[in-house]
Amino acid sequence: MSIQTTDYAASEIRSPASFLANRVFIYGALVFWAFICLFPIYWTITTSFKTAVDVTQGHLIPFVDFKPDWKGWRSLGLSPDSIFQTSTVREEFLKRFMNSVITSVGASSLAIIIGSLAAYGLTRYRYHFAWFKNEDISFFFLSQLILPPVVLALPFLVLYREVGLLDTRIGLILLYTLMVLPIVIWIMRDQFNSIPVELEEAALVDGLSIWGAFFRIVMPIALPGMVAAFILAMVLCWNEYFFAALLTSTDAKTIPVMVASQTGSQGINWWSMAALATAAITPLAVIGIALERYLIMGMTAGAVK
Amino acid sequence: MADQTSTTNAWPANSVPTDLIPPGRKRLGWALMAAATLGLLATILVQILYKSEVDTIGFETWRPVVYAYILWGVALGVGQVLTRGEDGQRALFLLPALLFTIAMVIFPTLFGFYIALTDWNLSSFSGRKFNGLDNFWQMLGDPYYRNALFNMVLYVLAVFVEYVIAFGLALLLNAQIRARKFFRVVFLMPLMLSPVAVSWMIGKSLMEYRFGPAATLARHLGWENPAFFSNPITARISIMVLDAWTFIPFMMIMLLAGLQAMSREVLEAARVDGATPWQTFWQVTFPLMLPVSVTAVILRIIFKLKLADIIITVTSGGPGGATDSVSSFIYREYRDRSNVGYGTMLAMAYLIIIVVFVTWLLKFASRFVRNVN
Repeated sequence: MSIQTTDYAASEIRSPASFLANRVFIYGALVFWAFICLFPIYWTITTSFKTAVDVTQGHLIPFVDFKPDWKGWRSLGLSPDSIFQTSTVREEFLKRFMNSVITSVGASSLAIIIGSLAAYGLTRYRYHFAWFKNEDISFFFLSQLILPPVVLALPFLVLYREVGLLDTRIGLILLYTLMVLPIVIWIMRDQFNSIPVELEEAALVDGLSIWGAFFRIVMPIALPGMVAAFILAMVLCWNEYFFAALLTSTDAKTIPVMVASQTGSQGINWWSMAALATAAITPLAVIGIALERYLIMGMTAGAVK
Repeated sequence: MADQTSTTNAWPANSVPTDLIPPGRKRLGWALMAAATLGLLATILVQILYKSEVDTIGFETWRPVVYAYILWGVALGVGQVLTRGEDGQRALFLLPALLFTIAMVIFPTLFGFYIALTDWNLSSFSGRKFNGLDNFWQMLGDPYYRNALFNMVLYVLAVFVEYVIAFGLALLLNAQIRARKFFRVVFLMPLMLSPVAVSWMIGKSLMEYRFGPAATLARHLGWENPAFFSNPITARISIMVLDAWTFIPFMMIMLLAGLQAMSREVLEAARVDGATPWQTFWQVTFPLMLPVSVTAVILRIIFKLKLADIIITVTSGGPGGATDSVSSFIYREYRDRSNVGYGTMLAMAYLIIIVVFVTWLLKFASRFVRNVN
């Protein structure tokens, strides 16, 4: 889905005055919405450098309104002066962070592997499992999308306890895979449909098996789509809270659960809260800026035909 | 929904006759599959007997059954290739995802229906007892559950406001502007951020009654008592705003893709015919965008029906259950009261409502889109 410039707006010019008004309106609206998108992020980051007084007085601009302080980051053990000292909070944070990384990468990878294979099979071959045809199987996979987490959460709580997967990363990975699988299949089906069959036919004539053709011919072409699906799956898994809150307690707790459980006995420490929130959103913010193209590609797959 | 399975480029299913496979290999395949099935059934049987204390050989947890299932899946795949040759290799593409989804969805859902008919409370020692439809009757009389369902209707209706804003933003991004990429990245940002972190920092801090900038701004604008979460109606609206903030980019990106895929000739023609921008939008752009719009709105509604984390973290359903979504209500039913049986009954009822609603929505939407095309 390449983004090309459309300049029909320019052709609507009637007079310089209305053109100017038009421009002012467009840029005004753009800047206004950019402010709405960015201000909460700005607030989060600056709050992590505030002390109690600065928070309660609602100071906004660093160096002008208030003097930045490492207090929030120190309480996480991540400020310059505390980074080399041992800190139990930092260890806790790093453990949660690694849990989040492992579960989201693991689940996304697993979903990409089995999802791509299934999507490829569904676009290329005709299946008959009992009375189920391709359309029914596709619908079966995609219909998982409407399944609300709350339906699965309680049965899984009981089942996971029975099979010893409660509070393990494997357990979370399996559930997250299930959660993103329909999206991966949706995106990859769109990808494989856009690859001409003739390529594989030629490969088969040249003596490759169907799996050989898939790995050596189709996979390299579909790689951008896989990256797109992977990133979208990553975002969803990283931000997932519901399952993690119910199914993990000490070992496999992820970052969102840690963020949500930050109410101490003396109210909320806004500075450490903000530092934690900043640390939680930074990885995805970086990914979002760097790989925006793939994200958009993933989100628009199948939407426009 | 743009749901097109291409059957045109599917290959004929029987390009290699199965006769080419030697009978010995076939027998091996069948034997393998049979052995694996027997192994799986035997594991389950031993485990059931052990758990019901009929015999003493068995495992502490049910995990061996999971391993047995995985082994069975592998054996099934190998067996397919051995007995059916190239057809089996094709089935191999689909098998992992199919076995995975069936194991992860069908079984837990059936199990869930069973739990829903018990009075299982994790904090009571008496264990679970079958109590028929008691949970169901309790659910019908539960005002909080009804309130949560009513809230879901409101939350879903809010999608249309989000849609209008998202459409506006997509039009803005599609206009001839400088720094388009910058604005696109910025507008996409909220979608990337963890809803939990966002709801803490916006819901609990930015909208804080005493010092939050949003409350300060509201005071300046003349709202004397800007308590965003104390009155049921404002609390609901605040939750909607928070959720909209995260998810508007999602619809915006889909609509933007739709706008960019639109042919310029049509718009040119409208302009040549002397249509004003307003007319062009309503007579040309909007009808052409209808299929994309319907897809975006339906996907968004599906996501909206899962809304929980923002409510759990910001209001925990308060004040007095006024902001509860079904998911957050069931979450608290479990967290606070460990009431697994009743909570599952609520969840299953919700699932049925959702399935009926979404099926109706898809039917309605497909008719709607076809009429326009």
